[in-house]
Amino acid sequence: MTQYVIRRVLAIIPVLFGISVLVFGLVHLIPGDVAQILLGTQATDQQLATLRRTFGLDRPLPIQYVDWLSHVLVGDFGVSFRTDRPVLPDLVQRFGVTLQLTLVSMLIALAVAIPLGAASAANRGKLSDGLSRVIALLGLSIPNFWLGTLLILFVSLVLHWLPPVGFVSLLDNPWLGIQTLILPALALGTAVAAFIMRMVRSSLLEVLRQDYIRTAHAKGLREFTVLYRHALKNAFIPVLTVIGVQVGYLLGGAVIIESIFSLPGMGRFLLDSISNRDYSIVQGGVLFIALIFCLVNLSVDLVYGWLDPRIRYE
Amino acid sequence: MAGSTRASATNNLQRFLRNGIGMVGAIIVLGTIVLAVAAPVIAPYGAEETHPNWKLYPPNEYFLMGTDEFGRDILSRILFGAQISLEVGIISVAIALIVGGASGLLAGFRGGWLDGVIMRCMDVLFAFPAILLAIGIMAVLGTGNILNAMLAIGIVYAPSFARLARASVLSLKEMEFVQAARVLGQPEMRILARHIVPNILAPMTVQISFALSTAILTEAALSFLGLGTPPSVPSWGSMLSASRRYVELDPWPAIFPGLAIMLLVLGFNLFGDGLRDVLDPRLRAGD
Repeated sequence: MTQYVIRRVLAIIPVLFGISVLVFGLVHLIPGDVAQILLGTQATDQQLATLRRTFGLDRPLPIQYVDWLSHVLVGDFGVSFRTDRPVLPDLVQRFGVTLQLTLVSMLIALAVAIPLGAASAANRGKLSDGLSRVIALLGLSIPNFWLGTLLILFVSLVLHWLPPVGFVSLLDNPWLGIQTLILPALALGTAVAAFIMRMVRSSLLEVLRQDYIRTAHAKGLREFTVLYRHALKNAFIPVLTVIGVQVGYLLGGAVIIESIFSLPGMGRFLLDSISNRDYSIVQGGVLFIALIFCLVNLSVDLVYGWLDPRIRYE
Repeated sequence: MAGSTRASATNNLQRFLRNGIGMVGAIIVLGTIVLAVAAPVIAPYGAEETHPNWKLYPPNEYFLMGTDEFGRDILSRILFGAQISLEVGIISVAIALIVGGASGLLAGFRGGWLDGVIMRCMDVLFAFPAILLAIGIMAVLGTGNILNAMLAIGIVYAPSFARLARASVLSLKEMEFVQAARVLGQPEMRILARHIVPNILAPMTVQISFALSTAILTEAALSFLGLGTPPSVPSWGSMLSASRRYVELDPWPAIFPGLAIMLLVLGFNLFGDGLRDVLDPRLRAGD
């Protein structure tokens, strides 16, 4: 197992390097001169040159990259061009909101997807199976930003059941927090629930054909016990990989959902920074999300290797 | 060889025609294509035609889906918007297929350092949540431009085609008919074109169908954020975005474009599911 962990961790290093190059390259290719944007059209050449020197923007790009990366490696993501505040604390604070949204979305998705997917597989070919498959396909097809708008319209504005926008941290006030997060989490988690449901169904159908399941049936075990204690446990291994990939979808989708529900998370922060040409925040934020996504996938790989020893020896 | 390929294609077509899910999807997709092409003829009004006395009206006998904040007919804009969604979807998936498919073919067929370099580049692109990478690329290329949106979406979805093509080539190149072609001294390009590519078409076709649905969703999301198509273009995403300001007053401009997106994406998903049922040998065996 140790060798497997080392192999996986080493494999992620070139990817992380590639991510850093891509993020830096993308951000520095964005059209528009930061100094000009910050100082306005009235600024003199002298003022522009001074500002560029202050932020190190007058140096060649490879030097800027090495300088930026060496600071990032020690946790220094630079300062915002606009507010002069350090980027990392702001990113961490905003990420707290996105993390809460992502976690609640994933919990909702799992709570819906696992029982529905299991029931669908257990009743393969029956009406309930067909119905579950159609619901899953609808869930995959509904745009999350449209679902969010509809939820605000009907649940908040028409029925007045939940607040339409705003955010209260779950850590400060769990009851109020869940009220502000439930609609965005539903909008964000629906497609994920549908995806996981389909995966649980197909994976469970594979497992239900195995000999040991037939043995369990032959021993006279109840259907529920066979399904949930024997089959689902093994069917869950490929589902785990899908869950890892879906974390990326949730982090990306949060960009849109946060702007609809006015949540002060990472996504909205990034969108605002793109329009403000705040390079440091865009650079740090995109890198931060990509790192989190990589680490989640690495963790999934490690758990996968732990659950299924065959993977470790491939 | 050509005869057996034709027979297999006919069998697959017959199986698809009997597949209820796939056929529903095909009907939705074909129906949307017909409506999009016929939009200039069948749309009751022009996409930009305004009716100042009919602003934010609910559905009525003159405007079947109501009007937006400028008094434009929502039904007509949805019909013209179908052209944009299909155009962006098809072109961006074509970009993803050409870039990703060719890279995957090359990586899998050549192997060695080239495989390593190509696939690490794809891994890097895969390490970003799709919409975030699309937003980043749009920021670089310039927002509010339909061509840039197509390019950004194409780049974002290229890695999935690369991985699929590479995996298919890796298993195919060990097969006896490919080995035989090598022994006979056939040039590599000929082996790729005549023996490998035809055999990866089935999984690629399924992937294309699902990629079309995600590409349409991504375009709508980018336009919803104001980054995709310019405001003057009647795209479904930008219609939804504009409707948010009046949603409490008049929900119709927010409801119909969303329904249109969902229906088309559902169509491609059903079509893809049906294709997979037909082309996946394990499912065909009735397992």
